Amino acid sequence: MIPEIGHFALALALALALAQSVIPILGASRGNLVWMRSARATALGQCLFIAVAFAALMRSFVVSDFTVRNVVENSHSLKPMLFKIAGTWGSHEGSLLLWVLILAVFGAGVALFGSNIPAALKARTLSVQAWISVGFLSFLLLTSNPFERVFPPPLNGNDLNPLLQDVGLAMHPPLLYFGYVGFSIVFSFAVAALIEGRVDAAWARWVRPWTLAAWMSLTAGIALGSWWAYYELGWGGWWFWDPVENVSFMPWLLGTALLHSAIVTEKRDAFKSWTILLAILTFSLSLLGTFIVRSGLLTSVHAFAVDPERGLYILMLLGISIGGSLALYAWRAPTMEGGGLFRPISRETGLLVNNLLLAAATGTVLFGTLYPLFLEAATNEKISVGPPFFNAAFIPMMLPLVFIMGLGPFLSWKRADLAGVLQRLGVVAALCVGAVMIVWYLAEGGPLLAYISLAIAFWLFFATLREWAGRVKLFEVPFAESRRRARNLPRAAHGMTLAHAGLAVAMFGFIGSSAWKSEEILFVQPGDMIAIAGFDVRFDGAEKVQGPNYIADRGTLVVTRNGEPVTTLYPERRVYPVAQTTTTESSIRSNMAGDLYASLAEPASQDADNAGAWTLRILYEPLVNFIWLGSVMLVLGGGLSLSDRRLRVGAPRRAAPAPMHATPAE
Amino acid sequence: MKQMVHRLILALLLAAALPMTALAVEPDEMLADPVLEARARELSKELRCVVCQNQDIDSSNAGVARDLRLLVRERLVAGDTDQEVLDYIVARYGDFVLFKPPFKPETYALWFAPGVLLLIGSAAVALIVMRARRRRNPSALSDEEEAAVNELLARGAKE
Amino acid sequence: MVRLLAALPVLVAVVFGAFLLWGLNPNRDPSSIPSVLISQPVPQFDLPAVEGMDVPGFARADLVGNDAPVIVNVFASWCVPCRAEHAVLTRLVRDENVRLFGINYKDKPEDARAWLEELGNPYEKIGSDLEGRAGIEWGLSGVPETFIVGGDGTVLFRYVGPIVGEEPQAQFRAALRQAQTRAEVGS
Repeated sequence: MIPEIGHFALALALALALAQSVIPILGASRGNLVWMRSARATALGQCLFIAVAFAALMRSFVVSDFTVRNVVENSHSLKPMLFKIAGTWGSHEGSLLLWVLILAVFGAGVALFGSNIPAALKARTLSVQAWISVGFLSFLLLTSNPFERVFPPPLNGNDLNPLLQDVGLAMHPPLLYFGYVGFSIVFSFAVAALIEGRVDAAWARWVRPWTLAAWMSLTAGIALGSWWAYYELGWGGWWFWDPVENVSFMPWLLGTALLHSAIVTEKRDAFKSWTILLAILTFSLSLLGTFIVRSGLLTSVHAFAVDPERGLYILMLLGISIGGSLALYAWRAPTMEGGGLFRPISRETGLLVNNLLLAAATGTVLFGTLYPLFLEAATNEKISVGPPFFNAAFIPMMLPLVFIMGLGPFLSWKRADLAGVLQRLGVVAALCVGAVMIVWYLAEGGPLLAYISLAIAFWLFFATLREWAGRVKLFEVPFAESRRRARNLPRAAHGMTLAHAGLAVAMFGFIGSSAWKSEEILFVQPGDMIAIAGFDVRFDGAEKVQGPNYIADRGTLVVTRNGEPVTTLYPERRVYPVAQTTTTESSIRSNMAGDLYASLAEPASQDADNAGAWTLRILYEPLVNFIWLGSVMLVLGGGLSLSDRRLRVGAPRRAAPAPMHATPAE
Repeated sequence: MKQMVHRLILALLLAAALPMTALAVEPDEMLADPVLEARARELSKELRCVVCQNQDIDSSNAGVARDLRLLVRERLVAGDTDQEVLDYIVARYGDFVLFKPPFKPETYALWFAPGVLLLIGSAAVALIVMRARRRRNPSALSDEEEAAVNELLARGAKE
Repeated sequence: MVRLLAALPVLVAVVFGAFLLWGLNPNRDPSSIPSVLISQPVPQFDLPAVEGMDVPGFARADLVGNDAPVIVNVFASWCVPCRAEHAVLTRLVRDENVRLFGINYKDKPEDARAWLEELGNPYEKIGSDLEGRAGIEWGLSGVPETFIVGGDGTVLFRYVGPIVGEEPQAQFRAALRQAQTRAEVGS
C-alpha cells in the first residue's frame, strides 16, 4: 500500500508542477496577483508530496519490503540500518527521486523565505523551477519508477555494492545533490530575469543566498566524495579526473565564478549579462552531469545504470532546458545595459580575471572530459584523456588565480592604488619566501612545481590574513579597538577571509600529499618490521573476523616511533558472500602532520616463497588532512556569508514611486 | 547490447575481484633497482587498464593489468626509455591505453584548447577593461579634465 | 557583434548536443577498444603445444604463406562463454571449410586437455600461452577473441567476445566471406 501511496504522491506532485508551470508566469505577465501567489501553494504542495514519496521509498527500504523492485535490487535484510536507509538514494531511480525532492525543496524555500523578492520575479522564477520539475517528474514516472513492484517477491535482496556501504559515501549524494540541484533555483532566477527583461543589483542581492547555499553544499559533497575515495579505495589518492568527478567539479568552478561575478553586479551594477550566463551555465553543467552519469556514454568507475533509452529522454530534457535558456539569453542579453566604469587596476578587473581563469578551467575540463566522445564520433578512433592531461592543463591556470586571490581583496572598486597595495603586501612576500625556505630545509628537497605551488599557497594564506588584519587595523590600534572593528565587520567579510584561507589550507594538503608521499609495498610474514617515514611498523599476523554481512581477514600492525608506541593499525580484507565481492578496508592513523595508511591483501601468486605471507602496502601522506580542514573552512566561510544580515534585513527594494500624499510632520 | 553484456562478463572473469579494490602492485613484480622501479610505477600510472572502467594499471587488480606491469618492467630492464616503453604498448593496444593523449593532428584541438580558451578570454577581458575606461559617464571627469582641475586648484592654492 | 557573441553559447550547446546524441547510439559500446592489428601483419609469437596433447604448437610462421584466410581463436577452459562458442567454431570449420588455429590463454595444460577432450578439438594447431605474453602481442583484453587472418599473414578482422547468437554469427560469417572473396580475387 505504502509504495502505491508514494507513487500516487509523485503523480500529484507532477500535477501541481504542471499548474505551477503555467499559472504564476501568466499571472506575472498579466499583473494578476492571485495567480502569481498561487505559486506559493503549489510549490509547498509539490515539496510535501515528493517528500511523502521519498518517505514511502525510504520506509520500504527500512522494513526491507522486497515486493518493491528497487529494494530488491539495492538492499538486503542483513545490511546495517544506516545503509538500508541510504539505499533509498543509492540507485538510479532513488537518486532521481532525491533530485526532484531537492528541486522541490528549493522551490518551496523561495516561496517561503523570499519575502522581499517582488511578486512578479518570484512568480516567474517558481514557474521556471516548475518547468524543470515537470521534466524530471515525468522522466521519473514514465521511465524510472522507483515504486515498481515485483511478484513473486524474492526471499531476500541482491545487496548493495559493499563498496558503497560506508558512512561517507552514504551522505555524499544528499550533500552533492543539494548543491548540484540547488543551482536550479539560481538558473530559474536567471531565466525569470531574462523573461522579465531586467537584471540589476537588487536581483543579484536576492539570488546570492541561494547561490551560497548551493555552493556550500556542493563543496561539502565533492569534499566528502573525495574523502571517501581516499580512505576507502586503498591507494591513497583523492582525485582521479574521472568523468563523474569532473562532472561535479565543473558546476563548482562555474558556481564559484558566479559567486564572484554576482558581487560585481550587486555592488557596481556591472557584468550583468555575464552573471546571467554563468547562472544558466552552472545548472546546465549540473544537468549535463546528470545525463553523462546515467546514459552510459562514457566509461567511468562511478557510472550508474547504463541505459541509452533513458539517456535519450534526459538528453531531450537537456535540449529543452539548456537550449531554451541559452536561446533566450541570445535573444535578451544584448538588450541589457552594461554598466561599470573602472580602471585597469581595480577590484572589477581582478574579479574579471578571476572569472576568466575559472571559466577557462571549466571549459578545459569539459573539453577534456568529452573529447574522447568527440574524436570517436569524428574518426572512430578511441583515446583516453586522463590525469596527465588535466593536471597539465588545470594547474597552470589555477596557480595565477590563487595568486590573484591574494591580491584581489586589497584592490578597491573602480580604481585601486597598486603601489600602495604592493607595499602592504611586501611583508606577505617576505613571509612567503621564509616559509618556503623552512619547508625546503625540513623536507630536504622535492619537485620544483611543488615549491612553486607551495609559495603561491603561502602567498594566499598570508595575504588573506594581512587583508583581514588591515581591516581591523590589527597592531595599528589598541587590541580592544581591533576587536570592536572585527565584530562590526559584515559577516560576508569574515566569510571571504575564512573561505580564501580555507583554499590555501586545502592547497597545503594537495601539495603535501602529492609531492611528499612515501610508500612501501612488501610481502610480510608475522614478525616482520617495516620502516616508513620515520615510523617502525611490525606485522603481527592476520586473523579471521566476522562482520554483519561479511567475513574478513584482519591484520595487526604495531606502529612505533623511536621506540615509543604510536598506534596499532587493523587493515582488513573483506569478503561479502551475498554480493560475492571482496573489498580492502584500509586502516589509517591520522593527524595534522599526515596519514599513515595501511592496506592488506593476499598475494596474487601463492608459491612456496610466500606461502602464508600477506602483501602489505603502507603509505605516508603528509598534510593530507589539511585538504579536509580547508574544505570545512570553505564551507564555513560560505555559511558566514550566508548569515550576513544584509542578505535578509537590508535586502533592497526596487525604487518605489513617490507617495501621493505627504503626511504632515507633527 | 549482447556484445556489451558478454564484454562485461569477460571483464569480470578476467578481474579476480572488483577492479575497485586496490593494492595492485605486488612485491614480487617490483624491480630490485629503485630507480627503474620508480620509473615503472610512474609509467604504470600513465597506462590505462584495458578491461577496467577508467583505471591505471598501477592500481588495477585485473590479470591483464598485472601482465602489462610486468611487461613495463621487462622493457625497462631491457634498457628502453620511458617513451619507448609506452610506444611498445601502444603498438599493441593503440592510443587508448595512454592516459596522456598523444600530441598528433587528431588531438591538436584538445591540447590547444586550454591556451585558446585563455587567449580568447584574455582578449575579452582586455576589451571589457578598455571599454570600461571610456564608458559614457557625463558627470565624471575624464583623465585630462581631472588633471586640468588639479592644476587649476594647485595654481589657485599658490596664489 | 554583441548579438553574435550572445548567440555563441547556444550554438556551442547545440554542437555538443549533437555529439551527445551520437554517443547514445545503442550499437555503440563505450568500453570496446579498436584493434591496432587490423590491416597489419600478424604479431611475432611462437607458442609451444599444450603439454600432453597430440596437437602441434602454433607460431607466426603458420599464418604466413597460406592460400586462404584462416581463423585464430583465443580460448581457455576457465572461460564460460568459450564453451558455447566452441560449438559454433566447430560448425564453422566443418561448413566453411576454413582452417582454425587456437591460442590457449593462461590455461593449465591439464584443464585445457580435459576441456578439449570433453568438447572435441576443432583446432589444427594450438599454442599454449601460459603467461599471457602472446596475448599481449595480439592486443588481447579478454577471452574469447577471434581473428581472421589473410593468407599472407595480414590480420583482417577481429571479433571480441563469443561468436554466439544469430547476430554475432552472421557478422562473423560475413567478414569471413568477405576475406575469402578478396583472397580469390587477389590470386
